[in-house]
Amino acid sequence: MGNYIKDRKPDTDEWMPFSGLEDSDTLPAGDIYVPLEEWLKNREALLTRNSRLGVLLNNTDDPAALVPDLDRLDLVVLEFPKMADGRAFSQARLLRERYGFTGDIRATGDVLHDQLFYMQRCGINAFELGEGEDLTSSLKAFDEMTITYQPAADEEFPIWRRDGK
Amino acid sequence: MYQYSEQDHQLLLERVEQFRGQVQRRLKGQLSEDEFKHQRLRNGLYLQLHAYMLRVAIPYGLLSAEQMRTLAHIARKYDKGYGHFSTRQNIQYNWPKLEDVPNILDDLAAVEMHAIQTSGNCIRNTTSDPLAGVARDEVEDPRPYCELIRQWSTFHPEFNFLPRKFKIAVTGAVGDRAAVAVHDIGLKLIQGPDGENGFEVYVGGGLGRTPMIGKLIRKYLPKEDMLTYLEAILRVYNQLGRRDNLYKARIKILVHETGEEKFRKLIEAEWQQIKATGLYLREQDIERIKGFFKDPDYQELPDTDADFENLLLSDPEFGRWADKNIDQHKQSGYRIVYLSLKSVNQPPGDVTADQMDAIADLADKYSLGQIRTTHRQNLVLSDVQLKDLVPLWQELKALDLATPNYNHLTDIISCPGLDFCALATARSIPISQAITERFDNYDFINDLGDLSINISGCINACGHHHVANIGILGVNKKGEEVYQLTLGGSAREDASIGKIIGPAFGADQIVDAIGDVLGVYLENREDPEETFLTAYRRLGQAPFKEKLYG
Repeated sequence: MGNYIKDRKPDTDEWMPFSGLEDSDTLPAGDIYVPLEEWLKNREALLTRNSRLGVLLNNTDDPAALVPDLDRLDLVVLEFPKMADGRAFSQARLLRERYGFTGDIRATGDVLHDQLFYMQRCGINAFELGEGEDLTSSLKAFDEMTITYQPAADEEFPIWRRDGK
Repeated sequence: MYQYSEQDHQLLLERVEQFRGQVQRRLKGQLSEDEFKHQRLRNGLYLQLHAYMLRVAIPYGLLSAEQMRTLAHIARKYDKGYGHFSTRQNIQYNWPKLEDVPNILDDLAAVEMHAIQTSGNCIRNTTSDPLAGVARDEVEDPRPYCELIRQWSTFHPEFNFLPRKFKIAVTGAVGDRAAVAVHDIGLKLIQGPDGENGFEVYVGGGLGRTPMIGKLIRKYLPKEDMLTYLEAILRVYNQLGRRDNLYKARIKILVHETGEEKFRKLIEAEWQQIKATGLYLREQDIERIKGFFKDPDYQELPDTDADFENLLLSDPEFGRWADKNIDQHKQSGYRIVYLSLKSVNQPPGDVTADQMDAIADLADKYSLGQIRTTHRQNLVLSDVQLKDLVPLWQELKALDLATPNYNHLTDIISCPGLDFCALATARSIPISQAITERFDNYDFINDLGDLSINISGCINACGHHHVANIGILGVNKKGEEVYQLTLGGSAREDASIGKIIGPAFGADQIVDAIGDVLGVYLENREDPEETFLTAYRRLGQAPFKEKLYG
């Protein structure tokens, strides 16, 4: 398994992906996350369990689909199928800024050193690092840049409106 | 001009250090070229045919004399003694060594310059009217808005991995000198129905394989809403723009495939959600940035000067230059001067280090210490007093920067082409030089009047051939470089995409073909006042086809 960072610290990933009841008769125990489609189909059954739930969004899924359920979820997983594909940056900001999601937002897939700063700014706080990514160097990526111009999940105002300006 | 804050400086220093680390990892072999590619492309560093190419941003085409001297220093110390001004108002160096690039970025940072977002699928350097702030036909100076866009778009965390590159141009004048109709987003300042100034918003223009004129998506956007509206457009594009096909990934394809009306609704719906957020521009936010672009302390001068007028009468050479390369200024007693980078001796847009230093000195001496770059690959001294025109001309002439051809036949836009570029399929610079040599005759050029020729060395159209009155596209056909002609394009307020006239010409035929096209125009124009473009639009392709293909 690759390296895992949560809230800027190395962490152990306690979550299990679960593809759905179609492939399995029983629901597993423990913290699981399921694809959006599975969540929408089997929401009630999934909610009967006593452990935490998360949902995986594809890049084409609209985060608005989760709005009625966000307070029942502890995790939303966003996919970065390759470095160049930045759709999940928008999904993360929508979840945090528009829909007020306060659980974990996790990046999975091609999660590389030089994206971590941007991901964090968009409200992603958990990272399954891509294959071969070095943990120590990745932990430094969050502080390589300290100046931010524009509002995002971490800043309500642009640089010209901060500090009471 | 805008002066960096401490935070602006800090950001550049951090960025240089970050990149230095990446280069070191590459040089030690810890990063493969493929892995490094993603990093260097975030910093304007391309791998070209023979070497790396570094593209340095010139925000909205505005340079101080000090910055120009640094560009000269870089050309001299790290390159082969010259630089190339591009159609995006930036400068490119064709021969830097990889290990030198962090030092180049250090030198640039010292004068508030950088190569951030000059490549990659992100929001690129914002371009603008080279006559911003001095043009007579200006509604409002666009530069404060360009600067706000620069800040908003720099390292935007959501929009750094877009489907494709993204270019924004802003103009504040009636005449369009920024080609806003062929940008991903074009903003044009206008006076709105409420008497306040705001923007016309054009989206989905662009050149490349599928040239398109931008659609007017919003007829009037209050200026306070500029950034929230841009953010809405970018968010819709980031989520819905195509990522399955590199050649269909620009926003023009999204606008086209979605349909203008539906696209407009998507933008408006997203904008309603964010228009009241922190990105809304309060009056004081705009006023603060405007403070950086106040008019200089112009002197009260008569709009006449005896030496200038005497030389106009007595020296035909001066008269030719004054007629072509001087423009009216909003301030009495001042003129705008175009420095032609299209002499017969240099590739279009190329400037030597010595010329750059001299231009910086001339800017200090005659034009309040500033220089502008234009999208037609020339330079501008924007604030020259009438009394200084004669000495300025003498110095420009000695520097080979006084070719009297601004907006005329030999003022050719050309991409670097197969001589430099890894994407090119044909040479462009030699074609541009052949045309310039053939028609290097002032009377002929003058008689032709306002005319544009643009040359691209491949279908990616960096030479903007689609929007030239006469466009030339070099392609490789069965191992031979051949050149297609398009006629009737315009990048101005009457923007249009030129049409291919017929089968391509060989490298040895293309200059004759241009001569034929010009001949048809001269024979058929109603009078010398009818420009090539107007005549072409009236005549259509037929007489040109007849002459070219019989």
